[in-house]
Amino acid sequence: MTTADLLPLAVAVPLLGAVLLAAAGNRLPRLARDVIVTVAAAAVLADLVALWHGSAHGRVVNWLGGYRPRHGVSVGIVLVGDRTGVAVALLAALLVLAVVCYSWRYFAEPPARHAGTFPALILLFEAGMCGFALTGDLFDAFVFFELMGTVAYALTGYHIEDPRPLQGALTFGVVNSLAAYATLLGIGLLYARTGELGFASIGAALEGHRADALLVTAFVLVLTGLLVKAAVVPFHFWLPDAHSVAPTPVCMLLSGVMVELGVYGVARVYTVVFAGPHGIPHGAFRDTFVGFGVLTALTGAVMCWQQRHLKRMLAFSTIAHVGLFLTGVALLTPQGLAGTALYVAGHAGAKAALFGVTGVLLDRYGSVDEDTLHGRARELPLAGVLFTLGGLALAGLPPFGLGLGKAVAEHAAAADLRWLPAVFVAVSAATGGAVLRAALHVFAGAGTADHHRPGPQATGDAEEPEIREASRRVPAPMLVVPAVLLAGSLAVGVLPAVAHALAGAAASFTDRAGYLSAAADGPAGRTNPVPQAGWTTEGVLLGCLSALLAVACAAGSVWGAKVPWPAGRRAALTVRTASRRVILPLRRLHSGHLGDYVSWLAGGIAVLLLVLLAQV
Amino acid sequence: MTILPYLAAGWIFLAGLYGMVTSRNIIRTIGCLSVAQSATYVLLLAIGYRRGGTAPVFSDASPRSRVVDPVVQALTLTDVVVGATVTALLLALAIQLRKRHGTLDPDALTGLKG
Repeated sequence: MTTADLLPLAVAVPLLGAVLLAAAGNRLPRLARDVIVTVAAAAVLADLVALWHGSAHGRVVNWLGGYRPRHGVSVGIVLVGDRTGVAVALLAALLVLAVVCYSWRYFAEPPARHAGTFPALILLFEAGMCGFALTGDLFDAFVFFELMGTVAYALTGYHIEDPRPLQGALTFGVVNSLAAYATLLGIGLLYARTGELGFASIGAALEGHRADALLVTAFVLVLTGLLVKAAVVPFHFWLPDAHSVAPTPVCMLLSGVMVELGVYGVARVYTVVFAGPHGIPHGAFRDTFVGFGVLTALTGAVMCWQQRHLKRMLAFSTIAHVGLFLTGVALLTPQGLAGTALYVAGHAGAKAALFGVTGVLLDRYGSVDEDTLHGRARELPLAGVLFTLGGLALAGLPPFGLGLGKAVAEHAAAADLRWLPAVFVAVSAATGGAVLRAALHVFAGAGTADHHRPGPQATGDAEEPEIREASRRVPAPMLVVPAVLLAGSLAVGVLPAVAHALAGAAASFTDRAGYLSAAADGPAGRTNPVPQAGWTTEGVLLGCLSALLAVACAAGSVWGAKVPWPAGRRAALTVRTASRRVILPLRRLHSGHLGDYVSWLAGGIAVLLLVLLAQV
Repeated sequence: MTILPYLAAGWIFLAGLYGMVTSRNIIRTIGCLSVAQSATYVLLLAIGYRRGGTAPVFSDASPRSRVVDPVVQALTLTDVVVGATVTALLLALAIQLRKRHGTLDPDALTGLKG
């Protein structure tokens, strides 16, 4: 078996596991089902680790069924494992394994007649994500994208007894599927122009054409699906609705890796397909998507601070961070990409851990509402420590991986625009601060509960408890898995080998000629210089600054109204009034109405089209 | 090749979009999603069309005869399968929503906002 054979296995193994569980799940005892799903997830992980080592000296390419290109024309389907793609798949596989362990005791009563459903869906989800990360074919990317999407809708609406998950899943499904069909229209236009479907073959064929309105339209349509998956403003409305109602293990996967796959797709499609000499100019892409990234980051941060529903708060924090990821990717420099890769890895660990701890709260108290739970979780000190550490990591505290990624991305961003690091610091501080505020309220009982917040809001009460047995103790995996995930996030920042490997992956990701040559069975291209991706004094200082700001925000909002000196009280009051003026309209936009979300989608496509047409 | 099929595909997509925006019933929204999807069928088949071409089946025809592009037909078939899956799942969710919530009017679903 060669290294190239490992590529299809990353998709086939979880698919086979899912089939086995769906077909035989009813007849197997519970332990056997858990063993099957864990073994399948671990096998995928082992496969991808081997692939990671195999791709150290260049991209691994597999033309399925041996349909190789002849005379530059291909009808086959290609899988391409470059280090970035493998790293993304590896992240997905790690999180899936963590989620599988987390859910061992999570669903005490699976649906009686469909016992293997949940683990089978998780494995299908993994197959979709690995396929999307490893494919070298645009149409296949669409199919894996839809596989991943459809499974995610089903998982979101898994609790079919409760109306809110159903509503969240419907919104998620309708908006994402519509965007996926827009992507397919774009793929059709590209095929009409080039007669090719592979990333590399389309990219090579487009070099012979001018950039015209058709190319820009195809670009915008293809990107629509990816931007919706990445929850970039104004395509983001589905995400908080889906994340706030999905079962906790599913949230860990959605926030930790699926949303980031959208950003990965944007970067991959642009660099390989459209970044050629006659494609979309680099400057146009950079300006447009840095703009969208900053808008997304700020919107997510403001909305995150406003939430009392803990899962919804974490969902908006994901939107804020995705904005930063998009900004880092849009810089189109190896260092920006290296920073983003580290940031994504660190974020996945921290965010999944935070969702995991929130799952403990939901399990014990049947609520994820910051105000209802005020002070009730004092009896869970370990969970409180994990939640606080997660909040600090989210704020970019060194030496967590998030902090390192943020520092590297900030350094790359400052080379492009001087003010961009300020956005990184502010957004990290706001999202980390919101989590710390919730930790102070829920786990320490600090301050007072504010039961009468103004404006439209989703409360976290009356959630269906996900475990029906009234257990006295929290199941061990539900705290061990978040702790391990946080440790993983720490390891990304502490181990220089991880940073160096991801920086190397980023360097080869920007090597477009090398990708085109490898996919056409040509010689390996030259390698770009590996960017610096280590801790610097500036990075440590900015990380400490954003963490301090986060602590200050949290403390100010918890105790701000009670400080003894009048100036402080007045400041807290001014902030509160101003935020009501600015933020209420923004919150009203998140109306929960499907028709509104579809209008925003259409408007977003139109704006993107106009902005890019004006620059090409 | 005229531009008409491309315009038709765009029109169908926009019609589906309009229906989804104005819908007062989730079932209708899902129906309109399928309408928007059929734009992709029209576009793909229009791209593969060749004047005077027959179906790309060579069992009773000479391999040199003029045929339409089989690749887009394969894409359309895959697309139909994807669409059927998505529509079935969304309709199942809608039925369950009607059972649990008693309504299919998006205006009455107010659990998630802000």
